[in-house]
Amino acid sequence: MHWLARQMLRLVVVLFCVTLLTFVIVNILPGDIAIVILGTLATPQDIAGLRADLGLDRPMLVRYFDWLGSALTGDLGRSYRNGEPVVQAIVDRLPVSLQLMVMAQVIALGIAIPVALLSVRRPGGIFDRISASAAFGFLAMPNFMLGIVLIYLFSITFDLLPATGFSPMSEGLWENIESMILPSLTLGLIEWTVLMRVLRSDLLTTLKEDFILLARAKGLPQWRVLLQHALRPSSFTLITILGLNIGGLIGGAVIVEQIFALPGVGRLLLGGIFNRDLILVQGTVSFIAAGFVVVNFLVDMLYAVLDPRVRYARFRN
Amino acid sequence: MHASATKGAIAAARPRRRWHWALVLPLGWVTLVAFLAITADWIGLPDPAAQELILRRKPPSAEYLLGTDNLGRDMLSRIIYGARTSLIVGICAPFLGFLVGGAIGISAGYFRGKIDLLAVGFIDVLLAFPALVLALTFTAYLGQSLFNVTLALGILSIPAAARVSRANTLAWANRDFVLAARTIGASNWRILTREILPNLLPPMFAFWLVAISVIIVAEGALSFLGLGIPAPQPSWGGMIADGREALDVAPHTALIPAAVMFATVLSLNFLGDTVRNMVDPRRSAL
Repeated sequence: MHWLARQMLRLVVVLFCVTLLTFVIVNILPGDIAIVILGTLATPQDIAGLRADLGLDRPMLVRYFDWLGSALTGDLGRSYRNGEPVVQAIVDRLPVSLQLMVMAQVIALGIAIPVALLSVRRPGGIFDRISASAAFGFLAMPNFMLGIVLIYLFSITFDLLPATGFSPMSEGLWENIESMILPSLTLGLIEWTVLMRVLRSDLLTTLKEDFILLARAKGLPQWRVLLQHALRPSSFTLITILGLNIGGLIGGAVIVEQIFALPGVGRLLLGGIFNRDLILVQGTVSFIAAGFVVVNFLVDMLYAVLDPRVRYARFRN
Repeated sequence: MHASATKGAIAAARPRRRWHWALVLPLGWVTLVAFLAITADWIGLPDPAAQELILRRKPPSAEYLLGTDNLGRDMLSRIIYGARTSLIVGICAPFLGFLVGGAIGISAGYFRGKIDLLAVGFIDVLLAFPALVLALTFTAYLGQSLFNVTLALGILSIPAAARVSRANTLAWANRDFVLAARTIGASNWRILTREILPNLLPPMFAFWLVAISVIIVAEGALSFLGLGIPAPQPSWGGMIADGREALDVAPHTALIPAAVMFATVLSLNFLGDTVRNMVDPRRSAL
C-alpha cells in the first residue's frame, strides 16, 4: 500500500497547489469587483467600504487560508453578485454538465470501438484507410466550429433537432435527450478519433500475441477472436486516455454549453468571469480542477486494478 | 552517424514520391494563408473594420468575394486579417512555451534530483487545470488584448514543451558524447548548449508545428467565447461566433471562416505529423 499512500499524498499536494494558483490568478490580476458592483460613479469611500464588507482588504494569503478552511467543510462562499451559495450554484448545474459528458463519451466509444475493430480486420485495407482519414479530418475540427456546422445541418437545413436550449428531465425523457443530442455529438464526434487510434494500435499489438494465434487455430470466426479475445486486453490504454481526455472534454463542455445555451457548470464559470464574480470563479475553477485531478487519480487506480502487470511494476518500485 | 542511419531507414521504408505528392496541398495552403497574412496591408484590401450597414450579410459576389458579415464588413478582408491574428498567436505562444518550458525541461532532465522533482511537480499542477479553463481565467483577468491572449496561451504550452524537452534530454544525457565532453572538462552550460540542445531542436520543431494548430484552435475558442482578441480586430473564432447569430439567414458568415480555419488546422496537422514521422519514427515525441 506504500505506492497508494504516495499517490494520495501527491493528490493532496496537487489539489493544494491548484487551489492556491487559482486564488493567485483570480486575486492578483486586475479587475476590481467593488468597482464592477458599484459602477464607475462610485466614490473611493464607497469602494473601500464595500471592499471591507467583502473582506477584500485583508492580505491575500489570509483570505486564501480562510477560503480553504471553509472549502474543506464544503462551503465555497457566496456569489458577490447575488449572494447565492457557490456550492449550491455548482450542484444545481452539475447534472447538465455530467449528462453532456457522459453522452459525449458514449457516442465517442460507440463510434470508436466498432470502427477500430473493423479497421484491424484488414490493416491497410480500404476501411482502415477511410476511417483513418475520417479521424484525421474530425481531429482538425475545433468543437465550436463543429457545433455551428451541426446546428446548420440538423436544425436549420433539415429542422430535425432544436438548435439551442435545454429541457430538464421533468419535461420528459425524450425532450431532455433531444436537447442534448447536438451538444453531445459536438464533443463525441471529435473525441472518438483519439480513442479509435489508440484502440486500433493496441488491437494490432494484441493480435500478434500467441493466444490469438491459438484462438485462430481453434477455428474461431474472426469476430469472436476480435470481440472475445482481443478487445479486453487491448483496452487498457483506452481507459487511460478516457481519463486524460476529461480535461479536454471539460474545456469543450464550456464552449458547447455556451453554443447550445445549456445551463451547466461551464456557463456558470463564463458568467462568473464576465461579471468579475471572484468568489464564484474561484469556487468553480477549483471545483473543476479538483474534479479533473481526482478523476485522473481514479483512472490511474483503475488501470492498476485492471492490469496486474502495472500493479506489480508499481509495487516493486 | 546515428541520425543519418535513421534517415536512411525511413527513406527505405517509405517511398519518397508519396511524401511530395501528399505535401503539396497542405504546404500550399499554409503558404498562401501566411503570405496573405503578411502582405495584407499592401494588396489593396478594404478596411476589415469598415462597416457598410446597407450591404450587410451579402452572399459572395464579384465585389465582395466572400460576402459581407452582420455589420457589412468585407469577409475576405476580415478572414485575411484574422489569419494574421491566428498566425501571430499561433507562432508566438508556442515559442514562449518553448523558451520557458524548454529551459525547465532541459534542466530537469539534465540535473535530475531535486530540480527534476520541482519541475515535474510544477508541470503536474499546470496540467491539473483543464487547459481552456486556465486560459479563460488568465485572459479574463489579464484583460483582452493580442499580447495577453498570446501570453496566456504561451503559459498553457509550457507543460507540454517541458515534457517533450525533458524526455528527450533524459535520452541524450547518458550518451557517450556527453560523457566525452564531460571528460575533457566541459562545463554544464557548455554541455547543455553545445551537446544536448542541438539534439533537442528537431523534436521540438515537430512539437512546435503541432502546437501551432492547437494554439490557433485555442485562440479561436477564446475569441468565440468573447474572451480573446477584442472586438473590432478580426479573429476567425470571433467571426464564427458573430456568424452564429445569423446562421439561418446568412450561413456564409459562419461557415466561411469555419471552413478556412478547418483547412488551416488540417494542413498544419498534416505537416506536423509528417515532420514528426521524419524526426522520430517511433512517434513518441508527444
